[in-house]
Amino acid sequence: MAKNRNAARETTPSAAATTQASSTSTSSKPASAAPPASAATPVATAKSPSPLAATTSSNAAKHNNSWEQVVQNIASHYIKETPQRTKLLDAFMAFLVAVGALQFLYCVLAGNYPFNAFLSGFSATVGQFVLTAALRIQTTEANKSDFPAVSPERAFADFVFCSLILHFFCVNFIN
Amino acid sequence: MSANSLEALASAGKGANTRTLLRVVILCLIAGAAVASRLFSVIRFESIIHEFDPWFNFRATKYLVANGFYKFWDWFDDRTWHPLGRVTGGTLYPGLMVTSGVIYHALRTLTIPVDIRNICVLLAPAFSGLTAFAAYLLTNEMTTTDSASAGLLAALFMGITPGYISRSVAGSYDNEAIAIFLLVFTFYLWIKALKQGSMLWGAMCALFYGYMVASWGGYAFITCLLPLHAFVLICMGRYSSRLYVAYCTWYALGTLASMQIPFVGFLPVKTSEHMPALGIFGFLQLVAFLSYVRSAIPGRQYQTFLWLFAGGTFAVALAGLVIATSVGIIAPWGGRFYSLWDTSYAKIHIPIIASVSEHQPTAWPAFFFDLNLLIWLFPAGVYLCFQNLADEHVFIVVYALFGSYFAGVMVRLMLTLTPVVCVAAALAISSVLDTYLVAKAPAPPQDLNAEEASEAPAKKASKGGLKSTSKPVVGVYSYISKGVVVAAMTIYLLLFVLHCTWVTSNAYSSPSVVLASKMPDGSQHIIDDYREAYQWLRQNTREDAKIMSWWDYGYQIGGMADRPTLVDNNTWNNTHIATVGKAMSSREEVSYPIMRQHEVDYVLVVFGALLGYSGDDINKFLWMVRIAEGIWPDEIKEREFFTPRGEYRVDGEATEAMKNSLMYKMSYYNYNALFPPGQAQDRVRGARLPDVGPTLDTLEEAYTSENWIIRIYKVKDLDNLGRDHSSAAAFERGHKKKKATKKRGPRVLRVE
Repeated sequence: MAKNRNAARETTPSAAATTQASSTSTSSKPASAAPPASAATPVATAKSPSPLAATTSSNAAKHNNSWEQVVQNIASHYIKETPQRTKLLDAFMAFLVAVGALQFLYCVLAGNYPFNAFLSGFSATVGQFVLTAALRIQTTEANKSDFPAVSPERAFADFVFCSLILHFFCVNFIN
Repeated sequence: MSANSLEALASAGKGANTRTLLRVVILCLIAGAAVASRLFSVIRFESIIHEFDPWFNFRATKYLVANGFYKFWDWFDDRTWHPLGRVTGGTLYPGLMVTSGVIYHALRTLTIPVDIRNICVLLAPAFSGLTAFAAYLLTNEMTTTDSASAGLLAALFMGITPGYISRSVAGSYDNEAIAIFLLVFTFYLWIKALKQGSMLWGAMCALFYGYMVASWGGYAFITCLLPLHAFVLICMGRYSSRLYVAYCTWYALGTLASMQIPFVGFLPVKTSEHMPALGIFGFLQLVAFLSYVRSAIPGRQYQTFLWLFAGGTFAVALAGLVIATSVGIIAPWGGRFYSLWDTSYAKIHIPIIASVSEHQPTAWPAFFFDLNLLIWLFPAGVYLCFQNLADEHVFIVVYALFGSYFAGVMVRLMLTLTPVVCVAAALAISSVLDTYLVAKAPAPPQDLNAEEASEAPAKKASKGGLKSTSKPVVGVYSYISKGVVVAAMTIYLLLFVLHCTWVTSNAYSSPSVVLASKMPDGSQHIIDDYREAYQWLRQNTREDAKIMSWWDYGYQIGGMADRPTLVDNNTWNNTHIATVGKAMSSREEVSYPIMRQHEVDYVLVVFGALLGYSGDDINKFLWMVRIAEGIWPDEIKEREFFTPRGEYRVDGEATEAMKNSLMYKMSYYNYNALFPPGQAQDRVRGARLPDVGPTLDTLEEAYTSENWIIRIYKVKDLDNLGRDHSSAAAFERGHKKKKATKKRGPRVLRVE
C-alpha cells in the first residue's frame, strides 16, 4: 500500500502535467476557445432550431429532435471538458458496469447457485464503481468547494484504503 | 454537575492547551462517574451475571475462550433444544463474545491474570464510559462554536441517564452493553463522513456498522435511519456530492461487512427491512448522474432529459419490484417488524413475541422515569436544531422523530431513543447556560463585572435574541435574572443526578438471579434459591439429564447447572416451545408420553406462593396455554383455564383443566403440608388453597429449594409390572400410606 501511495504521489504531478499537455496539444484550437464557446455555442444551436422545429413540424418530431440534441450536447460537453485522467477513470467505470452486467446476466440465465460467489462478485463491481465515482467526484476541479478537507492525494489514498477493505470482504465472503 | 462549573473555568482558561487538558480531565471524570454508578449491583450483591440472556452470552464466551475462534464459529450445541440442537455459531451475534475474548487474551498477554467472568461482568460499565465519549464527539459535531459545553453535557447525560443504565449495569452482559456505544459512534462517523465528504470516514463508519451488525439485532435501526436521513436531505434539495460519497461508501462497504456475519448472511439483499438502504443507494446514483448532466447542459434541455430519464427509470424500477415481490425474491416483512407498526399485531398473531415483557408498549411514566428532566428539554433541543438547520441537524431531527416513535411502541427501544435525547437536551441546556452565563467571561469575575459594566454583558447577551436580554435593563436587574436562571438550571441538574442515582440503585441494580429482601429489623436478607437449585442439579444429576422447564429458565439452566434443556430464551422454534407448553398445561396422562418422547429426566418449575414472588410460573401459565393453543387449538383451550365468571383462580374454585394441569400440580404438590390444616395460602395470588393438595402419579418430587421458589421433579420410569402410573400410584397410596407419612413427616420451613 505504501508503495502504491508513493507511486501515486509520484505519478500524479507528472500525469497531470502530461494530461494538461496532451489536452492542450490535442485540442489546442477548441480548448483555447472552449470554455466560453462551449457554454455559448451549444445553447445557440439548441435554441435556434427548436423554436423553428416547434413552429414548423409536429410535436413528436420536436421531442425527438431535442432529445438528440440533448444527447449530443452531453457528449460534446463530456469530450471537451473532461481531463484525460478523469476519462481514464470513466473507462474503468464503464468496464466495471460491463462486468457487473455480465455477472447479472449470468445470474439471471444460469441461476444463482453459488449465491455467495455471485453476491461477492457483483458487489465487488458495484462497490468499486461507487468508490471510483467518489474518487472522480473528489478529484474534479468544479467540486473543489464541496471538499475543502480532501486534496486529490488524500482522495486517492482513501480510494486505495476503501478498495482494500472492499476486496478483503469480497474474498472473505466468496467461499 | 462538575462538568458545568469546570466548563465555565475551561472557557476562562487562557490557552487552547488548558482547555484541552480540562476537557480530557472532565471526560475522564464523566467516564469514571458512568462506571461507578453501574457498580451498585456488584457492591450490593457480588460479581455475578444477571438475568437470563446474559447467561447464554457468558456460556458462549466461556466456550470461545476455551475452544478458540474457529470452533466457536462452527459451534453446534447439542445441549440445548434437545433433541434438535442449535447451530449456535451461525445463529448468534458474535460481537459481544469476541470483544470480551479479545480483552481476555490481551490482558493475558500483558500477564494480568483475570477471570473471564469478571471481564464479562464489567464489560458493560467499561463500554458506557466509551459511550459517553462518543456522545461528546457526536454533540460537538452539532455545535459550531469551539466551546465544548454541549458535548460535555451530552457526555454527562449519556453516562448517567437511567434509560441507558437499565441495560448496562455491571453484570448485565447483554448485546446492548456494547451496541449502544457502537450505535452512537457509528452516527458520529456518519456525520463526520457527511460533513467532510470523505471516503475514509465513510469506510470507518462502514467498519463500525459492521461491528454493530456483529453485536446486536438492533443494527436495523441504523440501516433504516441513515437512508432516511439521506432521503430527507435529497427531498429538501440538499443533495451534495459529499452526501453521495459518504452514503455510497458506507453502503457498499457496510453491506458487505454485514453479510460476513453468518446470522445475517443474505438478509441485506433479501428482506424488506434492508430495502430502503438499497433503494436510496440506487436513487443516489440517479441523482448523482442527473446532477452531472445538469452541470453539462442548459436548463431547458435538462428538463426534457429529466422527464424522459426519470420516467423510464421509474417504470423499470416499478416493474422490477413487482416481479421480485411476486416471484418471492424479496421476503415479506418479519413478524417482529410488523409489531412495530401495529402494536396489537403480535398479541393476535405471535404470542411468543407478545409474551416478552420488554416487547410491550411503553407506559408514559417510563419516559420520565428513564430520562427525567431530559425528556422535557428534548423538544427544546430539537427546536434549536431547526434554528440553524445544517445537514447534521437534519439528522438529529430525523433521529428524534424516528426514535420517539419506536420508543413509544416497545419498551426496550427506549434504549435507542436515549442517545438523541441526551444530545438534544445538552444542546438546549448549553444554549441556555451560554446565553445567561455569557460564556466569554469566567463565572465569578463576570458577577463582579455585571454591576459595574452592566451594559456590556447585556449587549453581548442580546445576540442570543432573547427578549428579556434585548430590552434595555438596569444592571442589577439582569444580574438577578441571570442568577435566577442559572441557579434554577443548576438545581435541575443536581436533581437530575439525584434521580439517576436513585433509579439506578433501586430499579436497575438487581441481578434477578439473587433476590434481596428486607428483614423486619431493616437488615438485608439474600434469597438465593435459583443458584441453590441449579447447584443441586449440577451435583446430583447425570451430566446428560434433560431438564424441562419453561423457556425463560433455559439459558440459566444451561449456564449455571450445565444441563441440557428442551427450550431456552433463543425462541427460534415456536413448535418446540408449544410442545413444552402443552406438556405443562395438559393432564398427566397426556404430558407423560410427551416427556418420554423428549427423554425428559427432570422438570423444573418456579413457584413463588410461599414468598410472594410474583414472577413465577403460575403467573406465566396463561402464556404457555396460549402458545400451546396456537399449535393445538383442539386440545388446549385458554377458556377452560378461566372460571365461568372469567376469573383466573388457583384456589378451590379453580377449573378442572387448571387443577389437572401438570403445572398446577407441580406447583402446589405437598404445599399444604407446610401449613396447619385448612390454612394453606398462596401469597402471590392471595388465595386460600383447598385442604387436599394435588396428587402426582407420573412424577416424583426430587428437590425443593429453601424458599420453595424452585421445585424440581423427576420423571418416573415405566412401571416394573406394566401397570399405568395412576393405578400404580393408587396402589402405593392404598397400602403404604403409613410409611409414606413417616418418611415425609410434616414439612418445616428451614430458617437459617
